[in-house]
Amino acid sequence: MSLVASLTVPGRVELELTVTPGRTLALLGPNGAGKSSTLQALAGLIDYEGTVRVGSRVLDGVDPEHRRVGYVFQEYLLFPHLTVLENVAFGARAQGRGRVAARSQAGEWMQRLGIADLAARRPPQLSGGQAQRVALARALASDPEVLLLDEPLAALDVEIRDEVREELARHIREWGGLTIVVTHSFDDVTALAEEVIVIEKGRATQRGSVRSLVAEPGTSYVRRLVASWSED
Amino acid sequence: MPAGLALGLLLLPLVALIVRAPWAALPSLLAEPTVVQALGLSLTTAAISMVVCLVLGIPLALVLARSALWPAIPRRLLRALITVPLVLPPVVGGVALLLLLGRRGLIGQWLPFTIPFTPAAVVIAQVFVSMPFLVIAVEGALRASDRRFEIAASTLGASRFTVFRRITLPLIAPGIASGALLCFTRSLGEFGATITFAGSFPGTTQTLPISTYLLLQTDPNAAIALSLVLMVVSVVVLLSLRDRWVPGVLA
Repeated sequence: MSLVASLTVPGRVELELTVTPGRTLALLGPNGAGKSSTLQALAGLIDYEGTVRVGSRVLDGVDPEHRRVGYVFQEYLLFPHLTVLENVAFGARAQGRGRVAARSQAGEWMQRLGIADLAARRPPQLSGGQAQRVALARALASDPEVLLLDEPLAALDVEIRDEVREELARHIREWGGLTIVVTHSFDDVTALAEEVIVIEKGRATQRGSVRSLVAEPGTSYVRRLVASWSED
Repeated sequence: MPAGLALGLLLLPLVALIVRAPWAALPSLLAEPTVVQALGLSLTTAAISMVVCLVLGIPLALVLARSALWPAIPRRLLRALITVPLVLPPVVGGVALLLLLGRRGLIGQWLPFTIPFTPAAVVIAQVFVSMPFLVIAVEGALRASDRRFEIAASTLGASRFTVFRRITLPLIAPGIASGALLCFTRSLGEFGATITFAGSFPGTTQTLPISTYLLLQTDPNAAIALSLVLMVVSVVVLLSLRDRWVPGVLA
């Protein structure tokens, strides 16, 4: 099963992409290039023209709540009036599972992501890294087929970014589903993704494996990114 | 100096009320059957009005909050319509309600039952004047709340109704609470629309403010006692709203 999309968000982005299980796709590009619009279209949050398909399932015209597309927002958007456990159990509850079943399933995800001890906390009491893991657990516990991560590290302090990034990479690989990560950081691309599409001004300017991108940067934007990355 | 005068004008009447209150006789005055009756009727009708305002007003507030995307003319008309009872003299509201729901009213002539001069009329009059307080408070809370939480909930598989119940409502709960309190107080103090549309029959439509007004001519001390009760309720509501006064309620 893979995700195949060919979509246009008028005035913002025009893109074709394919994601296969276990091979995370990074959408890399400068601010305003159309990366987030692509994610929002895939999740059904904004209108688009074209077709999005997961396996044999066509998602066009399907409401966000029925798409099974999980979304980790840049600001995480944890529900402030619910505890961590209730946040993680929200998806299963909303999909009709009983409270007990939803909570035990949420508990398993929290165990797996190492946040079981945060269950009773409220979002304002979490550090940035903790909030990110809760957001990831919440998205994964809603049982999506596709996971979208919008700048998952941008809200974090620089000092903890490397550590959280490694963690995130590990969890995404363990999950093994269809994953797309949006970023403007080449560190994120190399750590989290196998495939990459470079988007500039609403269009793909280069695509391929992360290795091929490093070996042969196709545009001056990519060249600059790769150069500053290899200096680190 | 004018500011001092203004403050005095606001404060001194209340001081007079407290100074002249028949404190010693207060318990027996408040135990008088007419007083107990009026108090009971007022609390009951104001509570019912508050519930009606919640049930009808929250959906209206949602529409009003979403109307930001409408064209300017219907949007402004809707907002003006909702604010009308705030600026309309309550007596006029009462007359208008009579013309609509009275025995020969626009709608009233077709009804198999009579509304005016019943407790139901009291509630309708109170709802008419206090609804804007709830709608504006809830709308303010909705505008201030972050819609992205609702979007996040929908990506987790929540239907529109689930999103509303589990995300939207809890997030605007403080706004709803203060709107409901304002509604209750406004209903409790309602006089003009009530006496016009519902009259003042002891036990059925004679609410606390009406009773106070009538008692002033026959039993001034009882009237003062009732005034004190109404004032205490207002002060309690004011204190409980102090920290979460929703911007826009007074606008």
